[in-house]
Amino acid sequence: MSILIDRSSRVVVHGLTGREGSFHGAAMLDYGTQVVAGMTPGKGGQTALDGRVPVFDTIADAVRETGADTSCIFVPAAGAPDAVTEAAAAGIKTIFCITEGIPALDMIPAVELVRAAGARLIGPNCPGATTPGQAKVGIIPGSIHREGRVGVVSRSGTLTYEAVQAMSDAGVGQSTCVGIGGDPIIGTTFLDALQLFAGDPETDAIVLIGEIGGAAEETAAAWAAEHLRDVPKAAFIAGRTAPEGKRMGHAGAIISGSAGTATSKVEALEAAGFRVAGSPTELPQLLRDAGYRG
Amino acid sequence: MKIQEADAKSLLVAQGLPVPPWEVAQTAAEARAAANRFLAAGGKQVVIKAQVLVGGRGKAGGVKLAGSAEEAERVAAAILALQIKGIAVHKVLVGPAADIVKEFYLAAVLDRASRRVILMGSAEGGVEIEQVAADRPEAIVTIPAHPLAGFLPFKARQMAFRLGLGDHLKDAVAIATGLVRTMHAYDADLVEINPLAVVREAGAAGAVSERLQCLDAKITLDDSALARHAGLEDLRDPDDEDPADRAAREAGLTFIKLDGTIGCMVNGAGLAMATMDLVKRAGGEPANFLDIGGGARADKVTAAMRLILADPKVDAILVNIFGGITRGDEVARGLIEARQQQERDVPMVVRIVGTNAEGAAVLLREARFETAATLDEAARRAVAASRGAPA
Repeated sequence: MSILIDRSSRVVVHGLTGREGSFHGAAMLDYGTQVVAGMTPGKGGQTALDGRVPVFDTIADAVRETGADTSCIFVPAAGAPDAVTEAAAAGIKTIFCITEGIPALDMIPAVELVRAAGARLIGPNCPGATTPGQAKVGIIPGSIHREGRVGVVSRSGTLTYEAVQAMSDAGVGQSTCVGIGGDPIIGTTFLDALQLFAGDPETDAIVLIGEIGGAAEETAAAWAAEHLRDVPKAAFIAGRTAPEGKRMGHAGAIISGSAGTATSKVEALEAAGFRVAGSPTELPQLLRDAGYRG
Repeated sequence: MKIQEADAKSLLVAQGLPVPPWEVAQTAAEARAAANRFLAAGGKQVVIKAQVLVGGRGKAGGVKLAGSAEEAERVAAAILALQIKGIAVHKVLVGPAADIVKEFYLAAVLDRASRRVILMGSAEGGVEIEQVAADRPEAIVTIPAHPLAGFLPFKARQMAFRLGLGDHLKDAVAIATGLVRTMHAYDADLVEINPLAVVREAGAAGAVSERLQCLDAKITLDDSALARHAGLEDLRDPDDEDPADRAAREAGLTFIKLDGTIGCMVNGAGLAMATMDLVKRAGGEPANFLDIGGGARADKVTAAMRLILADPKVDAILVNIFGGITRGDEVARGLIEARQQQERDVPMVVRIVGTNAEGAAVLLREARFETAATLDEAARRAVAASRGAPA
């Protein structure tokens, strides 16, 4: 099972012919992902990735010709909300938006249109997701993963890689690893991801990687306290040393007043039964301490 | 990006919202002249407000009334000599003091949890809204805008009636919809009026009338959207940004200067924060937050190294790159180039893993860089190097 993607997912890459799209599109294909189409307006009829993937002018064409059900967006910020909306309108069910720097107000209608179409958006400003041994969508290096039964959800990109690498090195594999993105307005929240993992028979434990800003970790913790009581859970929160009032890179990562501090998040997670790590390398041991046998 | 009250008021006026007149003064003499004009126009008192981007100006003595031009000059001189939460006051706003009947709170806010713009209001204005929210959450009214249709007038009427502004319905609706319009016009995350006040005004022949006015204004702008609004970048307050932070922003890097001794260069905001946390955990103090961003090439790495070394307190550097969209060999090339250019040599511990890490390892070995395999090890060694041990 896993969540969001697996070996049966059929992926269309928006911007497959661009620098990032072609580099990461090839990496996705090499990992075993079914990259069935690319989309670049005006390049319909061509092929990309050494002739391995057909390119279409519109996502609707790609869906009709290839049966794509998942999309991965690499287009620049100005066009990304439109790309998200185009994917939803074409019937794509799972949309990953990797693009960073999208104005937050532009994402509000896009998120709503995705919801109305019955689709799911992950991101924007996210690294994508990997179901180890099956498929990866986005920019997460495939080499860091190991097949297993721990569901990983994170707001960060590279910090996710750090945590996943530490887990794989310690022999703790992942069912699916998903980066939900560091922006204020995102399609899939920590809570959404935990709910998906809760319904996945191949996920036996949870790792949550959060950071300062907002209250999404606290909201997810409150739900986990009730619904994931007997599931081994570990977490890491970045930004314990961040000063107040400074935006730490991610538009979402800012402490304002007492809201969004690392302390508030750590307390909420511990109260919900998460074991909170001081370093990402401690996560595998904490999972085992919590009873995970994988 | 936060902007000053006076600039926020200019944006509100441009959107047609009612804001009493004001002038900005940089000296006590300018404040006196401005006060003179407002008093001559019929005002009994003027208000003088420090223009700094921190909360709690009033409590810090940064907001005062004056009844004469002389008093305004004295008060302005005192405020211009203040440091409020460590920030020197360079400007004051001078305006006629309002005759306030009742104060309200009204703000348009980007709400992450609901993924909507929401309008927040309270009949308990003029005080810290965070305190009201904590003590009496029922005193705050929240009405969401529709994600596609926006903030429609009927919702503005709901807000007006729930705040008890039925006597000022037309003005209240214009202000409520105006706040949301302002938000969209400039890509703001927050447009806050506190207080929005019913003020008493003397008209002709001694007639007294009441009307709604925006007496204060706070706007924060979405950094990701600044480039598409001409002129907004000019509103950036130089006092709100360290010169190094500004240089970084212009180089496409995110840099925040801190007080420690260990310079950090990292790709990704979350990992950059975690790296700072681990430096601290290993007993050191980070000198900065620095995210070179996704897909950084050699030129960004050299710019980042210059920024780190420009801080004389930095005595060790920790480079932590986990390649995804960023390619490790590009970063390694940048580090090698930077070392050839740099004027100051400090011990450096480099850790590059992920995309193209093998290529990076070869380059770094040839150039005799000190490398570490894990983040924990890199943090420990950087802290040791900062204390004088070889990296």
